[in-house]
Amino acid sequence: MDEMVRSAPKDKLIKGATGDWEVIIGLEVHAQVTSKSKLFSPASAEYGGAPNDHVSLIDAAMPGMLPVINEECVRQAIRTGLGLKARINLKSVFDRKNYFYPDLPQGYQISQFKQPIVGEGVVYLDMAEGEQIAVGIERLHLEQDAGKSIHDQHPSLSYVDLNRSGVALMEIVSKPDMRSADEAKAYVTKLRTILRYLGTCDGNMEEGSMRADVNVSVRRPGEPLGTRCEIKNVNSIRFVGQAIDYEARRQIDVIEDGGTISQETRLFDSRSGQTRSMRSKEEAHDYRYFPDPDLLPLEFDQPYVDALAAALPELPDEKKARFVADFGLSPYDAGILVGERVAADYFEQVAQGRDAKAAANWVINELFGRLNKDGVDIVESPVSAAQLGAIIDLVASGVISGKIAKDLFEIVWSEGGDPAEIVESRGMKQVTDTGAIEKAIDEVMAANPDKVAQAKEKPSMAGWFVGQVMKATGGKANPQAVNALLKDKLGLE
Amino acid sequence: MSVDEATVRRIARLARIAVNDEEAHRLQGELSVILDWVEQLGEVDTAGVEPMTSVIPMVMKKRDDVVSDGAKADDVVANAPVSEDHFFVVPKVVE
Amino acid sequence: MSELTGLTIAAARAALEKKEFSALELTEAYLGEIEGANGALNAYVAVTRDKARDMARACDERLARGEGRPLEGIPLGIKDLYCTQGVHAQACSHVLDGFLPRYESTVTANLWSAGAVMLGKLNMDEFAMGSSNETSYYGPAINPWRASGSEEKLVPGGSSGGSAAAVAARLCAGATATDTGGSIRQPAALTGTVGIKPTYGRCSRWGIVAFASSLDQAGPIARTVRDAAMMLGAMAGHDAKDTTSVDTPVPDYAAALGGSVKGMRIGIPREYRIDGMSAEIGALWDKGIDWLKASGAEIVEVSLPHTKYALPAYYIVAPAEASSNLARYDGVRYGLRVAGDDIIAMYENSRAAGFGAEVKRRIMVGTYVLSAGYYDAYYLKAQQVRTLIKRDFDSAFEKVDALLTPATPNSAFALGAMTDDPIAMYLNDVFTVTVNMAGLPGISVPAGFDARGLPLGLQLIGKPFDEANLFRLAQALEDAAGETPPAQRWW
Ligand SMILES: [Mg+2]
Ligand SMILES: [Zn+2]
Repeated sequence: MDEMVRSAPKDKLIKGATGDWEVIIGLEVHAQVTSKSKLFSPASAEYGGAPNDHVSLIDAAMPGMLPVINEECVRQAIRTGLGLKARINLKSVFDRKNYFYPDLPQGYQISQFKQPIVGEGVVYLDMAEGEQIAVGIERLHLEQDAGKSIHDQHPSLSYVDLNRSGVALMEIVSKPDMRSADEAKAYVTKLRTILRYLGTCDGNMEEGSMRADVNVSVRRPGEPLGTRCEIKNVNSIRFVGQAIDYEARRQIDVIEDGGTISQETRLFDSRSGQTRSMRSKEEAHDYRYFPDPDLLPLEFDQPYVDALAAALPELPDEKKARFVADFGLSPYDAGILVGERVAADYFEQVAQGRDAKAAANWVINELFGRLNKDGVDIVESPVSAAQLGAIIDLVASGVISGKIAKDLFEIVWSEGGDPAEIVESRGMKQVTDTGAIEKAIDEVMAANPDKVAQAKEKPSMAGWFVGQVMKATGGKANPQAVNALLKDKLGLE
Repeated sequence: MSVDEATVRRIARLARIAVNDEEAHRLQGELSVILDWVEQLGEVDTAGVEPMTSVIPMVMKKRDDVVSDGAKADDVVANAPVSEDHFFVVPKVVE
Repeated sequence: MSELTGLTIAAARAALEKKEFSALELTEAYLGEIEGANGALNAYVAVTRDKARDMARACDERLARGEGRPLEGIPLGIKDLYCTQGVHAQACSHVLDGFLPRYESTVTANLWSAGAVMLGKLNMDEFAMGSSNETSYYGPAINPWRASGSEEKLVPGGSSGGSAAAVAARLCAGATATDTGGSIRQPAALTGTVGIKPTYGRCSRWGIVAFASSLDQAGPIARTVRDAAMMLGAMAGHDAKDTTSVDTPVPDYAAALGGSVKGMRIGIPREYRIDGMSAEIGALWDKGIDWLKASGAEIVEVSLPHTKYALPAYYIVAPAEASSNLARYDGVRYGLRVAGDDIIAMYENSRAAGFGAEVKRRIMVGTYVLSAGYYDAYYLKAQQVRTLIKRDFDSAFEKVDALLTPATPNSAFALGAMTDDPIAMYLNDVFTVTVNMAGLPGISVPAGFDARGLPLGLQLIGKPFDEANLFRLAQALEDAAGETPPAQRWW
């Protein structure tokens, strides 16, 4: 393993009974390539389906069947490699990884071992304290997914469905560059964001479109790397964190009790939050990799790669930098906005021709808050970017107050409609007519002579009057105008 | 290169072929003879020689991303020793 | 032998066009021959009578309309390695017990769309692993040839032993076969028939049970060079379902026949004069050289220095690929399942019961040479040697148009003669295996008989995709050697 791995900052160390420990984490993320058909067969790659319905005779490994590679999967892998700032290998080789398992019909997985399609790259993570971490990418290779075995339907039988068998996966292998569960979670989150920007993986972890094998080891700070355990197929970002925390603690406890860690494959049980050894993988691995003789080397030329690079969308890091530079947003706000490409696009549409900071506030605080509250995805937002923009314009031009704007947002959210028309038809316009405001002030003062007297002694009482006047005008009075007139009438200053 | 019986058993296990004592013994002899015989390749100087990847120089064609197969679960399980509701059925697998 | 089954494909095609007899009559004649002979020769493992008759009737309709295609009405036998829709396809292995594919191999589909009629599935060594047809789950096919004055049963060679025996005994007009290390050419030589292994990639491998993917190639076994050319023309072609198949047009091989070989340069590789080569084989080879010289070809001695390493390299590469290709026979989706206490025991029991001894031996060797720590020493080394073998041929072909060699080191041998000595059996392919290692086309042509009256063959090796010239040269040999009479009928 790499000796150039970074050391954890002091506050990331884990306290043990005998001193501090550092946890070393590397991830192998399996990401399903967004494609219509499978990597080597023309059956559907779509999630779900009736048992063995998305299966060709190739996927079922019938005798004499041969793989034919799907160009789109190659294209997507290259685009992902470019998005990871990685080296693209113009020639790569598919190998067979041989082992027996009922959901592996060929008796081997077609994967890439010695010569992957994508080499070294890097992913940058923004951690909380404005600290940026670079996580190295070791490689990305294309491979086939396995089918699915269902073990819990029968006491002594397993049921095998090959719908997933042969679906294209990108295995993205990081260097062991992460030093805490938070960093690992940030890495998976960032990777997911990049893949979703590129449209090369939908990142749907519930459907297994992305899952992580987590390699965890512990060591005393500055000492050589310890023996690692691989936690297989962790299928949510939260579980990645839980699995690491549990596993690091387990390893520390074992070592502090005088034991040693044996290199093994483990499973994460999300109900107990624990990891356990996988019995079925106990046997020594001997995958007998060799180049698949059914497939020639995978080759393409640099112009092909260059064309894909030129057509790549703006990625989150670049977008964030642009939001900071061009819109004057804080890095924190910009980071939040670029988390999802559709959200960033939404924001940009709102910010177009408006005060970008106001747009960012509205999107982050009002829109995201409301979406979260109702569990609605931004693509289904009831308030469109155009509508939100119109609301902001009404505030900016003084037609409505900020407070009314929030009510207006709520109305547009639940009823829809053109914000300006709503303001008009429902009489939500701000009252700036000083006569009307003066009248309201006079009425309030006349009804509360004691408070008027008090206010002369205690100028902070003015706030109470503002509230009363706003109440009397149904919140539509321009607060600045109310303030100024009140001070005048109360004889303050 | 002669192999011992433990190696024969390890290889048989990897290949998922049950072997009894008699077979293991016989295979030990046969494998040793064959491996001895292929050992003569050691005489060939292969330093710097590219291993063969394809005998006929050609570029691998790629197919378009079109769904044109599937929806034939009947065919998929038609030859299965045991199947149920279009699933293949096997003795329980323990993870 | 009936009059009809005595006809070559070319002759039968001409007669069918002239309506001298119907395709159904021709098919019935073959079915009758099979009925009478198969008990003794065991060439067929399944006879598809109804299908044959249905196909023949359809051919007759086409012929009546004057729409006969290149092989219209020609009854063929199909090696059991080819998957044929709804028909027995087991690679002559117990592990594929009861397997009925729901698909048709590209090569057989090509033959049917050229008008050929399917008679049934032919015996072979299990998974094409063997040189005598003795590893078949269905028992050995028997060579129709016997040594003069002997009743001893002889092997037809392998692995396409059933194909060769059926063609030699006139149980089909021609047969499909496959060749991984010599499995078309060696049985052709041992039965007095013509067999060509085309260039790797010339025929699609789709739907043919894989043995060793980088070496396997389909081809025909037929009675004459012309018949072989007609069959290969129908079998060959690009297939988008096999990316190792080549996308170049298939020449009209039959039309290329008859041209002169005058001025062609024929290489004689000196390394093929192996230690202990019998005088008879040496003499046969010299005779072939004389024939080609007499036809106007120029003879050139060439060197292929890595020849002796081809066979050991083959016995690393082929078993390695096979060990992986045969992993799919696990009792889950098709074929034999033998119960066990758990899934692993089920796999182990199914595969132990399903595979025969030779297949197990090769899976074991292949698994071993790929296993951790041995890959570089064996598999990588063998593939490097393969590159050197290919280079030998490349430089030889700078000087010559084709090579002439013996096809086999011996004539047909007795059943059981080599079954106890795997390496002795492997040596049957000593002249043929180099061709597979380099992906080249090779053809075996009957060239005479040994002292015991058993057929012997010569091999011509060509440049990649130069099958047309190979056929032309083969016909020159065939013309010089004279027509091979059918084997004396004893069955
Ligand atoms: Mg992995
Ligand atoms: Zn993987």
